Amino acid sequence: MNATRTPRTARNTSLSNRQATAHRLALLESMLRVRRFEERCVELYSAARIRGFMHLYIGEEAVAVGVNEALTEDDAVVSTYREHGHALARGVPAEAIMAEMFGRATGCSHGRGGSMHLFDARRRFYGGNAIVGGGLPLAAGIALADRMTGRNRVTCCFFGDGAFAEGEFHESANLAALWGLPLLLVCENNLYAMGTALARHQAQTDLALRAAGYGMVSWAVDGMDVVAVEEAARKAAEGVRAGTGPHFLEMRTYRFRAHSMYDPDRYRDRSEIEHWKERDPVEGLARRLRETKELTDKTRTALENRLAAEIDRAVETAEQAPEEPVEDLLKYVTTPEASRP
Amino acid sequence: MTATRTRTAEQDLPDDRRTTYREAMREALRDALRTDERVFLMGEDVGRYGGCFGVSLGLLEEFGPERIRDAPLSESAFVGAGIGAALAGMRPIVEIMTVNFSLLALDQILNNAATLLHMSGGQLSVPIVIRMTTGAGRQLAAQHSHSLEGWYAHIPGLRVVAPATLTDARYMLAPALADPDPVLIFEHGGLYNLSAGLPVDAGPVDIDHAAVRRPGTDVSLITYGGSLPKALAAADDLATSGISAEVVDLRTLRPLDDATMGESVARTHRAVVIDEGWRTGSLAAEISARLTEQHFYDLDAPVERVCSAEVPVPYARRLEEAALPQVGAVVAAVRRTVGEPVPTGVDVPERHPPSGRSG
Repeated sequence: MNATRTPRTARNTSLSNRQATAHRLALLESMLRVRRFEERCVELYSAARIRGFMHLYIGEEAVAVGVNEALTEDDAVVSTYREHGHALARGVPAEAIMAEMFGRATGCSHGRGGSMHLFDARRRFYGGNAIVGGGLPLAAGIALADRMTGRNRVTCCFFGDGAFAEGEFHESANLAALWGLPLLLVCENNLYAMGTALARHQAQTDLALRAAGYGMVSWAVDGMDVVAVEEAARKAAEGVRAGTGPHFLEMRTYRFRAHSMYDPDRYRDRSEIEHWKERDPVEGLARRLRETKELTDKTRTALENRLAAEIDRAVETAEQAPEEPVEDLLKYVTTPEASRP
Repeated sequence: MTATRTRTAEQDLPDDRRTTYREAMREALRDALRTDERVFLMGEDVGRYGGCFGVSLGLLEEFGPERIRDAPLSESAFVGAGIGAALAGMRPIVEIMTVNFSLLALDQILNNAATLLHMSGGQLSVPIVIRMTTGAGRQLAAQHSHSLEGWYAHIPGLRVVAPATLTDARYMLAPALADPDPVLIFEHGGLYNLSAGLPVDAGPVDIDHAAVRRPGTDVSLITYGGSLPKALAAADDLATSGISAEVVDLRTLRPLDDATMGESVARTHRAVVIDEGWRTGSLAAEISARLTEQHFYDLDAPVERVCSAEVPVPYARRLEEAALPQVGAVVAAVRRTVGEPVPTGVDVPERHPPSGRSG
C-alpha cells in the first residue's frame, strides 16, 4: 500500500542513500500515477465516457501520497469527493477505480458510487463523502471504536478548507479532542471552497491556529512538498499512536484544475494559477531528483511508460467489464436476508 | 409474509410484573449492554443526568462512562460517530432527545447511515440503533412535539420502528441491534409513564410485522406509537354502540407490513388511519394510497385519516389538544366510514385538508 517497503519506524534520515533514493522515486511514481490517471480521466470525460461530477486532485498529489506514507494497512481513511488521489495512494487498484468511473460491475463500488464515492472496505478506505464535512463525524466514530476496543490504529480523515465552515468540523474536532480519539485530521487547504476564496469564507484564515483552539496538536505544512508532507504526517501519526489524541495538519496546497468538470473557473486569476504551477509537487520532486542525479531521463521515461500501460489496462478492462444488471437495482439498499446473522 | 396475530400481550399473559414503558426500555438497554460488549449508549445527558426522560437512569453506575457516554450537544457529530463506530464493528445505541433535534443529524442519518451500504456497493453495513422521543401532548410547544417519523420512513436503507406497548418497548431493542442495517426507534413521549404488566419472557418480538392489538369485524383502525392507546379507546367506545373495530398496530413504519394491513381491510372493508404526523404527505397518506392501490375492490368506503392539524404544535393545552388526533375524532371518522350519523357536538375535523394558507 505504501510507496516503499521501508520499515515504518525508520526515519528517512536513517535510511541508507540507496533506500532513500528508492523511497523518493516511489513517492514520485505514486504522485505521477495520480496525475496521469486523472489526465486520462479528463480525456475520457471530454469524450463523454465518464459522467457525473468529477473533481480533480491535480496539483494536490503530494498530500495524499505523503500522508499515506504515515499509515499502515490497519489504519483507516475517510475521504472526500476529490478522492481519486487518496484512493490510489491507499492502494485501491486503478482498474477498480476506472471501472467505477465507467459505472461497471467491477468498479470499487459496483457502479453505485462513481467518481465521488470510491470505497474499498478491505483496505479500510471508507469512501469518498460528497457532503462537505460529512466524513468527519464518521472518522471520529471509527476512531472511537478503536479507542473502546483498545486497538492502536489511526483513522485519517481528509477534508478541505471549505469543511472548516461546516458545523461538522467543529463538532467533530471538539468531540475528538474531548475524548482523546486516535484521529489524524488532514485539512487540504487549497484556498477555495468550490469558488469562494478562503478569505471570503473564513474570518480567521490560519486554520491550524484555530484547530489548536480545540486542544489538538496542529500545524501547517507545505502541501506542495511531498517530503515535508510525509515528515509531518509521520510525526502526527506517531503522536496519535502514542495516545496523545487527535492531531491536525493544515496542508497548504492548490488545485491546478477547476473545482469540477463543470466549473468555468471564473473566480481565479490566471497568474495565481501559474504561480502555483511553478510549485508543482510532481515536477518539483522530479527536478530535485534530477539535480541530485537520482532520476535520469531513461528512468523517467520508463516510469511514464509503465504508468501509461497500467492506465491503458485500467481503461481497457473497464470498457470490457460487464454493466450492473438492472435486476440488481435494489440489491444494496438493505442487507440481503441470506447474509443476515 | 405471515402476519403476526399478537393480541395485546399485557391483556393475554399473566401479569408477571407491573412496570412502566420507561422501565421496560431501560431493561432492554441493560440487557443489551450485558449481553454484547460491542453495545454502548451515547447521547446527550444519557449518563450523569440519567437520560432527559429518565430512561437510562442508573446505567452509568452499572456500565461506566465508556459505555454510557455523555456527548456534547453536537447531534451531527455524535450520531455520525455512532455510524462510524458501527462501521468499525461496534453496536452503538445513539439517543437523540427528540425528533425535532434529530434534524441537526439528518445529514448523517440520510446521507451516511441510510446510504453507505448502497453507495459502497454492499461493502459497508451500518448496524446502528438510533432512539429518539417523538410526539406531542405534554405542552412542550413547536420545537419539542412534532411527529416526524414519517419523514424517516420515507428513506430507503432505514428500518423505522415505533414500540407502542411495554412488551415492544422491552423486546424490540434486541432485534433492532441484531439488524445489520440502521434502525430508528421512535418512543412517543406520552408513553413513558404507561404502566402495565410485562411478561418476563415475551421476546424478542418480531420487528417485521404489524400486530393486531384488538380483533374486530366492521372497520380497521390502523395506527402506531402514541396513537395506539387512542385507537384502542375509540374501539372501546365504538363497541358500546355495536361497532366492532379491529386495531392494527403497525410497529414497523418502514418497511410497512402490507400483508397484515391488507388482510385486516379485506375482512372489515373499511379503514381509518390514525397518525400523529401532519396530514399532508404523511405516513397515513402512504397507507391510504397503498390500501387504495392494493384493496380498492375490498373497500366499502373511502379510507379515512385522523392526523395532526397542519400547524406547528402550540403550547396552550386546549390548542394542543385540538391540534392532535383525539379519540372523538377517531370515533367520528369510523362512524362516517360505516355510514352512521356522527352525533352532534363531536369535534369533527374536515374530511379534506383545507386549501390555501392554512393547508
